[in-house]
Amino acid sequence: MAFADMRNWLLDESPASRRQARWGRIFRISLAFRGNALAMVGLVIVLALIAMAVFAPWIATHDPIAQDTYARLRPPSAANWMGTDELGRDIWSRVVFGARITLAIVILVAVLAAPAGLLIGAAAGYLGGWVDRVLMGITDIFLSMPKLILALALVAALGPGIENAILAIAVTSWPSYARIARAETLTFKNADFIAASRLQGASSLRIVVGHILPLCTSSMIVRVTLDMAGIILTAAGLGFIGLGAQPPLPEWGAMIARGRTFILDQWWVATMPGFAIIVVSLGFCFLGDGLRDVLDPKSGEKH
Amino acid sequence: MATDTPFPDAGAQATRKRGGGARRTRKAALHLGGIAVSLIVTLLGLIAITFFIGRVVPIDPALAVVGDRAPKAVYEAARVQLGLDKPLIVQFVTYVKAVATGDLGMSVSTGRPVLQDLKEVFPATLEMATLGILIGIALGVPMGVHAAAKQGSLTDQVIRVVGLAGYAIPAFWLGLVGLAVFYARLQWVDGPGRVDIAYDGLVTPVTGLMLVDSLLAGETDIFFNAIGHLALPACILGFFSLAYIARMTRSFMLDQLAQEYITTARVKGLPERVVIWRHAFRPILLPLITVCALSYAALLEGSVMIETIFSWPGIGNYLTVALLNADMAAVLGATLLIGTVFIIINKVSDALYDVLDPRAR
Repeated sequence: MAFADMRNWLLDESPASRRQARWGRIFRISLAFRGNALAMVGLVIVLALIAMAVFAPWIATHDPIAQDTYARLRPPSAANWMGTDELGRDIWSRVVFGARITLAIVILVAVLAAPAGLLIGAAAGYLGGWVDRVLMGITDIFLSMPKLILALALVAALGPGIENAILAIAVTSWPSYARIARAETLTFKNADFIAASRLQGASSLRIVVGHILPLCTSSMIVRVTLDMAGIILTAAGLGFIGLGAQPPLPEWGAMIARGRTFILDQWWVATMPGFAIIVVSLGFCFLGDGLRDVLDPKSGEKH
Repeated sequence: MATDTPFPDAGAQATRKRGGGARRTRKAALHLGGIAVSLIVTLLGLIAITFFIGRVVPIDPALAVVGDRAPKAVYEAARVQLGLDKPLIVQFVTYVKAVATGDLGMSVSTGRPVLQDLKEVFPATLEMATLGILIGIALGVPMGVHAAAKQGSLTDQVIRVVGLAGYAIPAFWLGLVGLAVFYARLQWVDGPGRVDIAYDGLVTPVTGLMLVDSLLAGETDIFFNAIGHLALPACILGFFSLAYIARMTRSFMLDQLAQEYITTARVKGLPERVVIWRHAFRPILLPLITVCALSYAALLEGSVMIETIFSWPGIGNYLTVALLNADMAAVLGATLLIGTVFIIINKVSDALYDVLDPRAR
């Protein structure tokens, strides 16, 4: 009955070790998460996106950039599941390979923006005083800007391209993370365990990095997941305008832009990548909602 | 900037109406002063950001103007003309002064002052976004109230789906699909552009709003034609604001309906309609104003994507054309205009909230 023992060990009300407490918490969260149907759907979609990105060469039926001018603009069929585009490229295969680009954008924006926001917010909240006022003043200014327009202007100055699009989106999305990190920091700042650590002689940097940042991570994970849909839409928008990923990269927004000319007669060229965007964005929304319910119940919508 | 914002006056009026004393008036004025200061600071921040994007991010702004084949003398002249030989802080002060006086530079693609271009294109965007927000409010608020009053009903489910769709559907994609379905297939609406080509340029712009101008000129044909062209893009913008407004209305209403005074009202035997619209809805009007303002600002921004789809001669189209031509003066001018309107709407709605909310004083 190793399984039952394991379960009891995980659900123990008075864990004997730090390791047991940590694994117990993870197990309880996963139990709660499994009970949420929509969250599971979101998880499946996001996992499918990751699988598509990783195993793209095996999932795709064609070469995503191989042109076949005899097979131009074919409607969806058994051979070309989503039809072909104006250069005879298989749209399904391009959508599959596009998952790599979308995943890369989403991960890179999260990796760039979340830690930056986290550090700025935690520093502002912990240090207080003029540091807080200056940092939060800058954050507020960025928060009240129209993000999409700012990203557009930034990419225009940096030059079109996927790297610059990622950079521009990251530059416009850190402020909300800074706000959250500051709010979280303020709630922990005067806790006894922080005071104890300070009395032991820990430096501000050590307290922020070692004690405060770990406590902010769960709300940050929730926030980042919820923001993913917006990031995907912005990236697709940049690609659509022609400022994001450049041809022949199979980026979903850019694919929609190419299909624009054929929307009236060959509808599948523009609509299929759109469905991919919608499904993935919805997946992140569901996942984010579910994570919020289990990780950060107090900030959720009550209904 | 502070003097031409409408709210100090509105604040004083609201206080007077409520019969507040001098102390309260002063407190409100102080608070509004704070908002005015933050408005100015934020606008300066916007200018700083556009300055940064225009002057610091490109490796060599002068090269961007003259091109890399220009002779050295021309290049040097451009550098001096752009003030690039001066320290950055001096350049920034010059830039702030220029922006404050409405000098946004010349557009390379149209060969005209950017400000003049913007004046011509902005009304088209304003017209589309305004109609969009009106649709969003007119449908979103009643839907949200209804969904909260009858939880689990069909409206409630629809709002959930619409709310999610508003998060997940790219606006430009919906525009394309809308064109394919409602214009090409069903022929319910007219195609891209503001009016049919036959009507183009027949109405002299007075306000720049096609619907108003055509009525002023007494051209009802053009008026109805313009509605046909405006319907689809406005409905798509309306859809996105509806998604947001309905979801927020529902959430606010549920909070109110759970309050004890609602139970009291029901126990008193008031009809449900009175309980919902008079008792529960009244208090949420104020947060709703903020929600609608935010949504309106977002629509002005979101119209950028929609306009390219519908060949709408507004600021979004102007911006995308400028982006593709690397016409930075036009890009930054459009960014400044959209940003300024966005910020002003946000701050004014903050101020309105403070002026109207009796608890905030």
